[in-house]
Order: sequence, then structure tokens, then C-alpha cells
Amino acid sequence: MQQQKGDWHMALSIKPEHPDITEQMWVDIDQIIADHRNTPGAVITVLRMSQDVVGYLPLEMIDYISYGLNLPRSSVYGVASFYSLFSFVPKGRHVIKICMGTACYVKGIKEVMDRISYTFKVAEGETSEDRRFSLESVRCLGACGLAPVIVIGHDTLGDVKSDKIIDILENYQ
Amino acid sequence: MVKLSVDGLKKLQEKAAGELMKEGRTDLLICGGTGCHATGSIKVIDVARNEVKARGLENTVKVVETGCNGFCALGPIMVVQPEGIFYEKIKPEDVPELIESQVLKKTPLERLLFKDPVTKKRIPRQDDIPFFHNQLPRALRNKGIINPESIDDYIARDGYKGLAKALTEMTPEDIIEQMKISGLRGRGGAGFPTGIKWGFARQSPGDVKYVLCNADEGDPGAFMDRSILEADPHAVVEGMVIAAKAIDSHRGYVYCRTEYPLAVKRLGLAIKDAREHGLLGKDILGSGFDFDVEIYQGAGAFVCGEETALMRSIEGKRGMPRPRPPFPAHKGLWEKPTILNNVETFANVSQIMIKGGTWYASVGTETSKGTKVFAISGDVNNIGLVEVPMGTPLRELIYDVGGGIPRKRKFKAVQLGGPSGGCIPEEHLDTPVDFEEIAKVGAIMGSGGVIVMDDHTCMVDMARFFMDFIQDESCGKCTPCREGTRRLQELLVKICDGRGEPEDIQKMEELSYVIKESSLCGLGQTGPNPVLSTLRYFRNEYEAHIYEKKCPAKRCVNLLDFEVNPELCTMCGLCFKACPVDAVAWKKKEVAVIDKEICIKCMTCFDKCKFGAIF
Repeated sequence: MQQQKGDWHMALSIKPEHPDITEQMWVDIDQIIADHRNTPGAVITVLRMSQDVVGYLPLEMIDYISYGLNLPRSSVYGVASFYSLFSFVPKGRHVIKICMGTACYVKGIKEVMDRISYTFKVAEGETSEDRRFSLESVRCLGACGLAPVIVIGHDTLGDVKSDKIIDILENYQ
Repeated sequence: MVKLSVDGLKKLQEKAAGELMKEGRTDLLICGGTGCHATGSIKVIDVARNEVKARGLENTVKVVETGCNGFCALGPIMVVQPEGIFYEKIKPEDVPELIESQVLKKTPLERLLFKDPVTKKRIPRQDDIPFFHNQLPRALRNKGIINPESIDDYIARDGYKGLAKALTEMTPEDIIEQMKISGLRGRGGAGFPTGIKWGFARQSPGDVKYVLCNADEGDPGAFMDRSILEADPHAVVEGMVIAAKAIDSHRGYVYCRTEYPLAVKRLGLAIKDAREHGLLGKDILGSGFDFDVEIYQGAGAFVCGEETALMRSIEGKRGMPRPRPPFPAHKGLWEKPTILNNVETFANVSQIMIKGGTWYASVGTETSKGTKVFAISGDVNNIGLVEVPMGTPLRELIYDVGGGIPRKRKFKAVQLGGPSGGCIPEEHLDTPVDFEEIAKVGAIMGSGGVIVMDDHTCMVDMARFFMDFIQDESCGKCTPCREGTRRLQELLVKICDGRGEPEDIQKMEELSYVIKESSLCGLGQTGPNPVLSTLRYFRNEYEAHIYEKKCPAKRCVNLLDFEVNPELCTMCGLCFKACPVDAVAWKKKEVAVIDKEICIKCMTCFDKCKFGAIF
């Protein structure tokens, strides 16, 4: 295991056990904390990067980060719960982000959302039971020229129509 | 990399200028903005590069990935220079034919040229297309022309020249004076004069001061900051260094939305390159002035566009606003004097330094000088980013630049200023874009999102949409905003669901005024604007929802019957074919019938029916 700068992690040599966080993920998280622990105001950055590693923010990890950054757990949790980027629950294999900007709304994104929700039985902000899709509404993606826009994983799709979207989603198993 | 001096910069400029748009060479400028990436421009660029190589044209043809061209709806876009030919919607398989025709035979490939939505004619040259023709690019002067990832390209187009002048020939007072003369007002929405803001921060005592750039473009339907960062990131960096010199700051942050990964990447690269060239960091251009910038990524909170909330967020706290005074010019980030300007504001600064404040003020209106970038979207033919002089009438923006309303539908309203703005109806379309004039008709200039709505848009539903947004994004610190917006939203949902009562309109008006007057920050103070402006101009729609339980625009599903009008039905069967749950019964030469037991009210049949037969 790579050794980090400073000795803060010594007090936490026993990692909390969590089914979704592997040994390697803890190593990555340790590195993220070590890189940022002396930067004031870095908690949002640390949470964002850690979420990228694990996929979401389990409470055990928030506790761990608060020790690492030497901040009260309440304030780290307060930050994590304030910003919409952070999620405390696991996501599906494919995250569908529905742009809820005005241009997309005017051009019928609501019907697209309703159709996905109806077909895959997944409510907005939730994950389908088989963990195939997570359906999220996001703030304007700034791609209004392509409205209505959705993002599936890393694919940005423009000009989506409610009668075509299900066929497109069949490509994401 | 050797750090540049002022002379070195000049030499590099001359050399780079010869390289950019080299004589005798054809440049294929392919848009690499977020919009065009999504429609497949990365592939087109790859194919074009390979094609050029395969044909042995490397010395005479250069393929450049530019930033956002602005005409996002037509992507992927290619502009061929020096001829200035504009191609739209290019597919990778079109590239060989295009190069054959355009580069080798010097004849534009007709079928990929821009087709005017009004006249249906093909227009070869970019400058002749009405969308571009009516623009005056200043903040966007480099968009679609340079490679945003090349500092040489930027320097070739007089990049960092304004900085060199500001650092070596001007005192901080001169800089602020020029900014005041220019009349440049904050482009983020509030429109506070930039020069005056810098002046306050300059006078504010303190060793440590901060320059912040607000790239937390939260307004839905606004994407000018994204485009500037993707197409010309150095302009923002340069503007920030000049601002730093003016207020004597040595540290800056760009607070950028995490939803804009490409902008973050290109800005990061620009900062790195600028540092390596001695244009950021210690002893900039050998002038002895130090300044450095860092990107801070937001985490998805609309309220962080508010200045005090943004500063709290950089400090790593919940992004909640605080009362002012003290103003950030006295106590901002970490309680130090701070200025915060928008991306577009900074992008204008360098030009003002080079050409002077008087030049900038030479266009515009009495109180709003210069140009403004607008993002036009919604129900309009030409969707994209435009920069026009202040004072341009909205009608010109929508009909000349925007090319009017598609599908022969009727214009209903234009929404300006995002969730803080308002909807402007047809009768006020001759209002010029000007901070004061727009405010008079019940909207705000805002950051520049212009969303056009046709007669299929329900204004009550729009008000509900914005109230959902505001209510969701309210940080919860002050009661009027937290509780008031929720009550407003509940009233709007009630009306849209057909449960509206006559007294609801008055209740909403009263509540709106209370929220506006008593909220802590701009979010709450402007949040009820969409409700008030729709009540002002479209009260009849509210009344139809409440008294007749009808949605005139046929958008509110709970007020629709989902029945077919036999008189209007042409028995075409489109609704039958489109229905995802087989709720429509139809046979040839028979009127369709919708089974309401099966119907899921998905609106597909409404969209498909061209005759308005379903109600």
C-alpha cells in the first residue's frame, strides 16, 4: 500500500467495513484526503472525488472523510446533503440524467421523463429494482441547442422524443 | 518553457499570427463544443484528419477543433476558411466528398450548406447567414476561429496584449477609469457597473484580496459562459489578471459548474499554458506583478450563483447567502476584499484595455453599453449563441437572428432572465435589450437566456415549472423564500391539476410581493417574477384553468379529456400508431377512439395529431 504524506491515517488504520468499498478504493480515498487535507475549503472537492471513486457517498465514508480532514462529522454531512451532486444511495448501472432546463421543458422533456419512468418503473431520483437505471433530473446542461437533452452515462443525446427513447434505452442493459 | 517578456509576447504574436490563417492554406474549422461533441463532431474531426493525411494534403489543409461555434442546433458544424463557407450537420461519411468538392474543386458541397428556414435557400457563406450577419462579436470574437487549446492561436488574435498594456503602461487607477468609461455592467444578471465594483475593492484596505470568476451558470436556458470557456478560455484568464492588477490581488478562483466538464478541462489547460508562458504566476511578463488562478468546481446548487453563497461554497461550507452589507468588496471570501465577476464580463476586459473604454461604449444604449451575448433556444428556428449590441429589439433577436418560430406556429412569449426573469408577450417585442427597459416590462436582462415559446406552451405550467425550480433550489436559510416559494408552488400545482379556486390568484399575488420584499438574497427577491409576469400578461390562462377547468394550450394533463373530436379527426391513424399502450382504437376511414381505462396520459397522441383533434 502506498504511503501517504503525514501521519493522520495512522489513527484510522482500521478502515470501516463496507460492502461497496473495496481495499483499493480506500487507498484512493486516503490519497485524496492526503492531497487536500491542508487546503482550506477542500471538503467539497474531497467529497466529489471520493464519490467518483465509490459511486456514491456511504455514511461510513463521510465519517471517515471527516476524521481525515479533521472536521466535525456534522459539517461534512451538512455540506454533502446541501449539494445536489452528492448521493447517499447507490446508483444503477446506467445513470440517466434528464435535463430540466427551460428549453428542454418547452420542447417536451417531461413526456420523455414520464415515459422512462413508466416503462422501467423507476421514479425520478430513484434507482430501478434491478439496479439497471437510475433516473435523475439535472439542472440545465447548457446544451439547449440540442433540446430536449438527456445524458446516459457519458453519452449526451440530443433531440430525444418520448416515442423513441425506449428503443434507445434498450441498448443500455 | 521560457517565460515571456512584453517583447517576447509581441514576437510570439507576430509569429503565431502568420501561422493562424496562413496564406494559401485551407483551414477546416470543426466545432468541438459540448453541443457538437454530442452530435458526433469528434468522429468527424478524426475522419477529416485521416482524410487529409491520406490525400497528402497536410501542407495545404489544416483541421482545427475549435470551441463552440454558437450555432449549436446544426452540429456538427464546419467552417472552411479563408472562403468562410459554412457546413451543417456533417456526418463522418460526408467528409471525403466534402474535402473533394470544397478543397480540391473549390466548389461548395451544396447539400451540406446552411438551409435558411424561412426562404429554404442554401447559403454558402457564414457571414451571409442571417444568424451571423446581425451579430457583433466582442466577448465571442474568437469563438469558432481559434483552437481553444492553443495559447498561440489566442496570442495571434491579440491575446494577452491587453494584459501587457495594463501591466506595463497603465496604473490600477487607469484600468478602473477605462472600465468606468466603457460603461460595462456585470453580465451575470444584476448589471452592476464593473468599474465601480473594482474601484470599491481597490479602495478597500487589506493585504490579501481575491478575484473570483462566476462560471456557475445556473440559469436554465443559458449557456454563454459554457461557450466562452469552451471556445476562448484564455480571454477569461486574461480578464482576471487585469482585474487583479486593478485591485491589487494575487489570488483568484474560477467557480465553475461541475456539469460543464469540457469547460473545466479547457480552462484548466489554459491556466496551465498561461503559467508556463509566464502569463500567470510570479512576475507576470517581467512586470513584477504576481497572480495565480485556480478552478473550483461547484457541486450543483443554483443558489451558489449568488455572490455571498458562492464564497461560502469556496470556503467549503453549505452555499448559503448572508445579508449585505458588508459587501464582498470589503468582506468577501475568507472575510477579505473580493470582487466577483461573470465569465462574459471578464471576456470583455482585454478588448477594453486595448481599444479603450470609449470604443466599448460606442455601441449600446444610454445606460447599457456595449454588446451582450444571448443564448436563444426553445421554439425558434435558429438555436444558438449570439452577441448583439445592447438596444437591439427583442423582435429582431427572435425573428432576424433567431429566424422566427418553426412549424408555422404562433409566437406566444419569450422568457428572459431564467427563473428570476419573466415572460414577455408579443405586444412588448419591440422592447430593446437594455437593463432598464427589460425591467420595465416585468422581466430582467439576467445572464442572457432567451427562451422562445410558441402557442403550445401553457403559461401557468411554465410558472409552475419555474416555481418547482426555485422551491427546490431555495437554500432554506430565510423563511419567506423557503416557505413562501413552496406555498406558491403548491398553489400553482393545484391550479394546473384543475383544483384552482377563484381566490388563488390574489393569494399568489400577495404571497409573491411578500417573498420579493422580505427574502435575503436575489434568489427569493426575484423568484416570484415568473408568476407575476405570467399573471400580468396571461391572466386569462390562469382564469381558464380556474373557472373553466381548461388548459388553452393543452399541456396540463389533468385538465385534458383525452377524447377525439370527430369533426377535426381526419382518420389518419397517427395517434393509433404512436400510442405506446394501445389505448387508441382506429381502423381505416374511422374516427379514432381513446380508451381512458388504458390511457396513461403520456401526451404522445397530442404531439402526433396535426389537426388538434384530441382535447
